[in-house]
Amino acid sequence: MEKMSRVTTALGGSALTGRTMNCHLDAPANAISVCRDAAQVVVAGRSIFKIYAIEEEQFVEKLNLRVGRKPSLNLSCADVVWHQMDENLLATAATNGVVVTWNLGRPSRNKQDQLFTEHKRTVNKVCFHPTEAHVLLSGSQDGFMKCFDLRRKDSVSTFSGQSESVRDVQFSIRDYFTFASTFENGNVQLWDIRRPDRCERMFTAHNGPVFCCDWHPEDRGWLATGGRDKMVKVWDMTTPRAKEMHCVQTIASVARVKWRPECRHHLATCSMMVDHNIYVWDVRRPFVPAAMFEEHRDVTTGIAWRHPHDPCFLLSGSKDSTLCQHLFRDASQPVERANPEGLCYGLFGDVAFAAKESLVAAESGRKPYAGDRRHPIFFKRKLDPAEPFSGLASSALSVFETESGGGSMSWFVDTAERYALAGRPLAELCDHNAKVARELGRNQVAQTWTMLRIIYCSPGLVPSASLNHSVGKGSSCGLPLMNSFNLKDMAPGLGSETRLDRSKGDTRSDTVLLDSSATLITNEDNEETEGSDVPADYLLGDVEGEEDELYPLDPEHVHPEEPEYVLPQEAFPLRHEILDTPSGPEHLQDKADSPHVSGSEADAASLAPVDSFSLLSISHALYDSRLPTDFFSVLVCDMLRFYAEQGDVQMAVSVLIVLGERVRKDIDEQTQEHWYTSYIDLLQRFCLWNVSNEVVKLSTSRAVSCLNQASTTLHVNCSNCKRPMSSRGWVCDRCHRCASMCAVCHHVVKGLFVWCQGCSHGGHLQHIMKWLEGSSHCPAGCGHLCEYS
Amino acid sequence: MAEGENEVRWDGLCSRDSTTRETALENIRQIILRKTEYLLSVKETPYRSSEAGLLNAVSLDGLNKLLAHLLMLSKRCPFKDVREKSEFILKSVQELGIKIPRPLGHGPSRFIPEKEILQVGSEDTQMHALFADSFAALGRLDNITLVMVFHPQYLESFLKTQHYLLQMDGPLPLHYRHYIGIMAAARHQCSYLVNLHVNDFLHVGGDPKWLNGLENAPQKLQNLGELNKVLAHRPWLITKEHIEGLLKAEEHSWSLAELVHAVVLLTHYHSLASFTFGCGISPEIHCDGGHTFRPPSVSNYCICDITNGNHNVDEMQVNSAGNISVSESFFEVEALMEKMKQLQECRDEEEASQEEMASRFEIEKRESMCVFSSDDEEVTPARDVSRHFEDTSYGYKDFSRHGMHVPTFRVQDYCWEDHGYSLVNRLYPDVGQLIDEKFHIAYNLTYNTMAMHKDVDTSMLRRAIWNYIHCMFGIRYDDYDYGEINQLLDRSFKVYIKTVVCTPEKVTKRMYDSFWRQFKHSEKVHVNLLLIEARMQAELLYALRAITRYMT
Repeated sequence: MEKMSRVTTALGGSALTGRTMNCHLDAPANAISVCRDAAQVVVAGRSIFKIYAIEEEQFVEKLNLRVGRKPSLNLSCADVVWHQMDENLLATAATNGVVVTWNLGRPSRNKQDQLFTEHKRTVNKVCFHPTEAHVLLSGSQDGFMKCFDLRRKDSVSTFSGQSESVRDVQFSIRDYFTFASTFENGNVQLWDIRRPDRCERMFTAHNGPVFCCDWHPEDRGWLATGGRDKMVKVWDMTTPRAKEMHCVQTIASVARVKWRPECRHHLATCSMMVDHNIYVWDVRRPFVPAAMFEEHRDVTTGIAWRHPHDPCFLLSGSKDSTLCQHLFRDASQPVERANPEGLCYGLFGDVAFAAKESLVAAESGRKPYAGDRRHPIFFKRKLDPAEPFSGLASSALSVFETESGGGSMSWFVDTAERYALAGRPLAELCDHNAKVARELGRNQVAQTWTMLRIIYCSPGLVPSASLNHSVGKGSSCGLPLMNSFNLKDMAPGLGSETRLDRSKGDTRSDTVLLDSSATLITNEDNEETEGSDVPADYLLGDVEGEEDELYPLDPEHVHPEEPEYVLPQEAFPLRHEILDTPSGPEHLQDKADSPHVSGSEADAASLAPVDSFSLLSISHALYDSRLPTDFFSVLVCDMLRFYAEQGDVQMAVSVLIVLGERVRKDIDEQTQEHWYTSYIDLLQRFCLWNVSNEVVKLSTSRAVSCLNQASTTLHVNCSNCKRPMSSRGWVCDRCHRCASMCAVCHHVVKGLFVWCQGCSHGGHLQHIMKWLEGSSHCPAGCGHLCEYS
Repeated sequence: MAEGENEVRWDGLCSRDSTTRETALENIRQIILRKTEYLLSVKETPYRSSEAGLLNAVSLDGLNKLLAHLLMLSKRCPFKDVREKSEFILKSVQELGIKIPRPLGHGPSRFIPEKEILQVGSEDTQMHALFADSFAALGRLDNITLVMVFHPQYLESFLKTQHYLLQMDGPLPLHYRHYIGIMAAARHQCSYLVNLHVNDFLHVGGDPKWLNGLENAPQKLQNLGELNKVLAHRPWLITKEHIEGLLKAEEHSWSLAELVHAVVLLTHYHSLASFTFGCGISPEIHCDGGHTFRPPSVSNYCICDITNGNHNVDEMQVNSAGNISVSESFFEVEALMEKMKQLQECRDEEEASQEEMASRFEIEKRESMCVFSSDDEEVTPARDVSRHFEDTSYGYKDFSRHGMHVPTFRVQDYCWEDHGYSLVNRLYPDVGQLIDEKFHIAYNLTYNTMAMHKDVDTSMLRRAIWNYIHCMFGIRYDDYDYGEINQLLDRSFKVYIKTVVCTPEKVTKRMYDSFWRQFKHSEKVHVNLLLIEARMQAELLYALRAITRYMT
């Protein structure tokens, strides 16, 4: 940033002037190059080779170098370069493998000077030495680079890249003898011009061809490369190993890259295909280009900065047969249009969200996001003035913290380990799982299991006990999941909600005021940083609202209201059916008599229970009166989706497995597979390998069940001869002895066999465990210090 | 009989777990035995109404299909247990008095003697892994795979690409993919590929009605017919108007991503058809024409040749006529080696002028049109294949012979590495990479051998073949001297290349035998790989250039 703001106007003589302009060429251009005096540009292509003078208002054609009646392939140029020391000297690379030099000082119409026909394939690139008048380098499709001395008729030396296709060659600007070459296989090589036998250094820079490279004009050893993999990378070549310093991801393969003069971190790129724009990137901000030129209608094939010390003028040639001069001040700046937003998870489950203040402010009139209310314990804005962000006008940062305990996933682990998924009758499974959920304080889940049981198992067996448990509890445990949906579904009419809204609005207006003042202050800075071309507004204010204005932190606030929300959600869809069932009341009576009602906590019972009791018991009654189980499957599926959407994919999968065929057909394969894979992924993150394998095994989706079929091979050594066992079974091919002998009791092990990976000895799990309590050496006496993990 | 319990599920056999395979096989065995017993019991009942007879015929047909599939498994499954067990089932069925099928023909290829081709079961571990992958993905090991396994490195890349195109994420639904494959293969009347993909198409739930002809398929696919036709026979005529027509057809329009997917599939199957004919791939054992229920003594007349649309029954008998004299063909190789050496050495001496170079390309382009074998009488395609495409008369037309001039396509302006790759990878991620790899492997594949010679640099020869094919499509490399082609490729070889690439349905065994007589079969398959990849690239270049032009 500091460097960028330094605009150099010292351009030797007079400053360059001009405007954004373009001129039509007769044919597509393949490459352009600028003369030393920044007043002329040469354009070359398959059927064009012309010199244009750059004037104040327009391009003027000065010279057509394509002379002669018959078009020759020697004139079909893949590349052109103008000598930076001698303004009469040009070189072109022809598609048929010829390198031609041109002397503009020749009196005749034909300016062709010398012809080198040493390459066997297309020459992709030519490059003059930056300071030496007679040295020319070429790189060709045949994999060779050749160095020519223009005073001689043939090449001085040949460098073999040991690979197909050289795509670019560039002399280092700082190191006299060094040049870099890039290859189609993704390699970059560094050569010493005096040592043609082997390259000084080679490394793989890109995946796929490296189309271009450019040395930094000031920083010694900085090399930018661009490749087909859509990346621009900046390498530091001064260290012993080339170090990748920056990486810019573009949207199309990178055809050319050129450092911007006088701006240390800026470079211009254009792409090979699809994308026609020219971008100027700040390599430190690799996601949004600093500037963008959108004049061309077809791919840009050549770019050049007009003067080596002027960062404002860029010239470009394109396949759409135009030559353009772009002025930096006319460039469009995507940053201005962007809505920067950031989201990040903290180590302990906090979520931070930053957005442009104007966006957030616009929201404040509306109802706040549902997501905002999810776990916010406090809401604060803070800004870091040290951030080098230039594009942000101002931003708001929100941090959402999870309640202590709420963020921990121990309930997930416990549930995963304790759930029973198969091997018992459905009713028992449901009961068991409901119990597990209840013990972990997840009452809604427990309730769901119970209801599933009611729906799918014969009604006579339902113990009344399991019906009532969850009704009143759950409030105090305050699981985020429950809270969130409760609030969303139930809260609108409650006083606390409106209060929350208002308090938020207040904070907003405060901060908005602060923002505008901050902007005023920083505006002055803006003027000074003009060179950066990006308006930089820093918001210096740091607002932290008082605690009581914000979302209540203390549990006292939460508690009194919460019990109102804890109605089990699944009860609602049933409400319609309930109305016309006559048998309801009796069942209600039954339930009310059960001893467990009294067991439910008092605070809850006062508000919700009657209602929910009736719901539950009536659904039970419904079943009795001739409704088939299929009737509910739609609801159950909705319920599964609800859980999955809530992020509790564990519940969705567990129910899916337990219910098996009963619901499977109602949910499409893809969704099921998606749930399975997410759950398995989660399980594996928590290292619950056994559970995850069980889930894989129980799944019916083919894609999932093949998951544990991969890499099932276990390589074993024979415990006798210590060589790998090749055949199946436990008999070693070589010493014809059984390899699975227990080293402690010397019997053949059947069942669990544990062995040391170091010495291949092992035995019964129990025996080995016992042995290792007493000794750390191998029981077989081989002297190895065995390790079992 | 309830249909459900008799539904045979073959997919269990693709598992890598031997117990799963075991149970699946056992299941199949029981179903087959049940069906057999049912058939036998029906036969024994004296009462026979016409209805019962019809029912009987239907179930016999069903059983025969199963038996044919089992036969295929017993020969071509990479898992030994499955091979043995299926053979056992077949035997037990035979003992019950039902006719069992036996394979017809002469191994995977009619051109290459069966003993030259790797037998399933004798492959090394690398190949076995390939086979197992292929089998797991498709439930079969097709003859193409068995011939390509001469070059396992290429085969791996080929299978990976094909698997991705047909089964992995992509913009087109699965049955569309197979249908496009059928359309493309039918352009060359390749009944082998059509049969394979008809099965696959039905397997992934395609509508059987579509198979009655393109006019029964959705309008969207019908629109693709024109592109298919031009791409297969005269790709240089593709313009951005073709593309526009497909992309802007209101409710039947294609998206760009779908179109690229379709184009890749079309070119893939056009060139695969070339390979099928170029190597004389026999019908699959379980498909029509791959097996017979007749006892072997009746005749060894090959139906496969007839059903393949290849009227070359006599070729089987005359294959010895190709062996003129060993010494003569020996000299062929020597001469070729000599020429390569000469070209290598004196390349710098004679410097052809620019005009000379340009005219060489034109000459080669023009000549490539005339190398057709004289006996190109019009072949009417087998009926069942022809219904998949309309306009049978539209074939490869030589541009210069018919007075059409094709503007030369310059590779330096639009090449696969720089342009085609980027476009494909943008619109159909990862496929660009896979195809690129495949091209690279095919182009760079060499064992440094030529017939009986070792340590030969064959790059010049490979480049000549590649460029000759591109030359036939009007694609020119500025940096190539087309005089080399004339020196390196003799006439019979050119005839073969030309036929395989442009009108594969006309390839005969005589053509296959008469070029490069001293070369090994694996080398001829290698040539075929070059041919199909070069053809695919040429078609892709034209199609992608049109798409690029449309986009700009």
